[in-house]
Amino acid sequence: MSRNLILGAALSSLVVLAALVSFLWTPFDHAAMNIPDKLRPPGGANLLGTDHFGRDIASMIMVGARTSIAVALVAVGIGMTLGVPLGLTAAARKGSWLDEVIMRGNDLVFAFPSLVIAILITAVFGPGAVNAIIAIGIFNIPVFARITRGAALSLWEREFILAARVAGKGAARISAEHILPNVANLLIVQGTIQFSLGILAEAGLSYVGLGAQPPTPSWGRMLADAQTMVSFAPHMALIPGVAIIVTVLGLNLLGDGLRDWLDPRIRVART
Amino acid sequence: MAISFTRALAPALAATAALFAGTAWAQEDITVAMQLEPPHLDPTGAAAQAIDSVVYVNIFEGLTRFQGDGSIVPLLAESWEISEDGTTYTFKLRDGVTFHDGTAMDAEDVKFSLDRARAEDSANAQKALFAGISEVAVVDPLTVEVTLSEPNGSFLFNLAWGDAVIVAPESIEDIKTAPVGTGPYTFSEWVQGDRIEVTRNPEYWGDQPALASATFKFISDPTAAFAAVMAEDVDVFTGFPAPENLPQFEADPRFQVLVGSTEGETILSTNNKQPPFDNPKVRQALAHAIDRQAIIDGAMFGYGTPIGTHFAPHHPAYLDLTGNSAHDPEKARALLAEAGFADGFETTLHLPPPSYARRGGEIVAAQLAEVGITAEITNVEWAQWLETVFRGKDFGLTIVSHTEPMDIGIYARPDYYFQYDNAEFQSLMETLNATTDPDKRTELLQQAQTTIAEDYVNGYLFQLANLSVAKAEVQGLWANAPTAAVDLAAISWAE
Repeated sequence: MSRNLILGAALSSLVVLAALVSFLWTPFDHAAMNIPDKLRPPGGANLLGTDHFGRDIASMIMVGARTSIAVALVAVGIGMTLGVPLGLTAAARKGSWLDEVIMRGNDLVFAFPSLVIAILITAVFGPGAVNAIIAIGIFNIPVFARITRGAALSLWEREFILAARVAGKGAARISAEHILPNVANLLIVQGTIQFSLGILAEAGLSYVGLGAQPPTPSWGRMLADAQTMVSFAPHMALIPGVAIIVTVLGLNLLGDGLRDWLDPRIRVART
Repeated sequence: MAISFTRALAPALAATAALFAGTAWAQEDITVAMQLEPPHLDPTGAAAQAIDSVVYVNIFEGLTRFQGDGSIVPLLAESWEISEDGTTYTFKLRDGVTFHDGTAMDAEDVKFSLDRARAEDSANAQKALFAGISEVAVVDPLTVEVTLSEPNGSFLFNLAWGDAVIVAPESIEDIKTAPVGTGPYTFSEWVQGDRIEVTRNPEYWGDQPALASATFKFISDPTAAFAAVMAEDVDVFTGFPAPENLPQFEADPRFQVLVGSTEGETILSTNNKQPPFDNPKVRQALAHAIDRQAIIDGAMFGYGTPIGTHFAPHHPAYLDLTGNSAHDPEKARALLAEAGFADGFETTLHLPPPSYARRGGEIVAAQLAEVGITAEITNVEWAQWLETVFRGKDFGLTIVSHTEPMDIGIYARPDYYFQYDNAEFQSLMETLNATTDPDKRTELLQQAQTTIAEDYVNGYLFQLANLSVAKAEVQGLWANAPTAAVDLAAISWAE
């Protein structure tokens, strides 16, 4: 296992752990305001200090991790469950009108800057975590459809698929039984990358006020709230900023590490 | 060749000389920043405060005007006589006043302006100001007689509003984009989304103002506002949106910070027609659930005065009724139980963009949660707020600052967005409007304040502070904001 993989896994699990623990315990109630104690610097009773309402930042970061992970996870889930079957279908029917429709549809979604459309969707349907999930999820569909189709196409040329066809299996069965297991590695790696992008997108949306609504803590909104206070309470901006960096860096390292680890060619070369 | 070269150079040299000389003279222009850009420039055609901030007493003038201390003084009307019964006002107009397009300002223009404002199809946002006028008659070019259907003690005050400025029929067509008034400044340019420029009117009837030109710049983002002032890109920021940054400006010798009062009663507006808020006990519970000082400290960093009713604390007739709705969560819970909501209930809380609303709303939601009321926060833009809350009346709670001066009369309008319908209060307002005796008016105003406070119509939070930051050398700024205005003629640079 590479150093990337270990470091990535460590950082990611730190964040996931913080999110899981927050269900059972946080240092303080994340929503409890204590205005006389506002803007306390880190250290002291509040480990990471307090925000402009006197809320405990450490607790907010922990619960905020929950929001980020939930949004990104469901968004990647949407992308996978819709994108992978589309990609498999397109590959199985390569060159047909169905392939054309699916892939041109993908191009269409790809052509738009994702965050801008996400802002549009949440602006039209109202801000909130659910709409943020849908907005981010939609942009995950073509990513997975493409990567699945690309990998599946090369597999369709292989002998074992030919054997399966000779054995009389239909395209759907071959896709499910032979193609899918062989592209799973790729999908896991891509899923990790998309997950980190989802975390960033969620932070971006809540930064502009279109993500999870208060009082649900969200890293992006914590950053936005901190904006005018950076000069005298820098911890309010630094801490959620570091949280986002750690998560995104961790997931990217994990994705990289997983790719190296799961790729049979590199694995063979290594041993 | 040499000659032509010198000729070409001479104007350039002169210009350079002027440029250097210019630094030695007093600065003659100013850049005033504010958060909101006006939708258009007709103060008689919309409620937007941003319009008044730009045009009031700069481009447009009325018969009377507000001064910085809130007092009313004559402006285009030189003097007036009020008949014995208080229903006829005879205004003597100032002679020699011209509009920026050169046409004379006379009695016909006054009649046109007032008739236009009170017309059936008028777009005026404050039609109630003119409701008592039964006739406007031109006596001679400089005399106008206004007849009221009944005495109105605040008529001269009403005429000072930006909604009552004098406009000309010749230029009314393009008033929204090319305003033509009688003021000391003429409109020169509007770069949408960025700035409006005005220049000194050499034909002005009064004293020439110190500043030759002024630029109004619109910066909506609080962070950008902070940066613009710090970088000295703007000379004045009126209505500074981030109170948390003021201590830094105070500590910096380059700047001065002005903290004054506004006419803005910041309230937790409650939809009196929507259950469960139609129950006075529930509204009383709301009032006791709220901790005003926490909201002022948390949302405004201490700037603001707690209020217990819909009335400005700096007004002589103000009654301090905050004790009537003191912070008492226990009592709030008991009241909710009495009203049949022992387990609380769910409602919505719409929050427009200003930080008093967004931050205040988060605090209010937390305080309501303490007594069992779940207020689901929805952040909305102003357009959306006007659409759903103000016009659509589709809301439970919202936070907004009512910045019109002396606007307690809105509680007599059952169709107003918070839908308070109390016949007793409505007749009280009618009596008030027909009363001119100052002592009697004070008594009626205090009665009105008490009525709405005891009916717990809305949650009364605090009087919005008027926060301005300016370069230390700027003089003559209004600290208080009796109406939305930037009185350019009063501003000058210290030598």
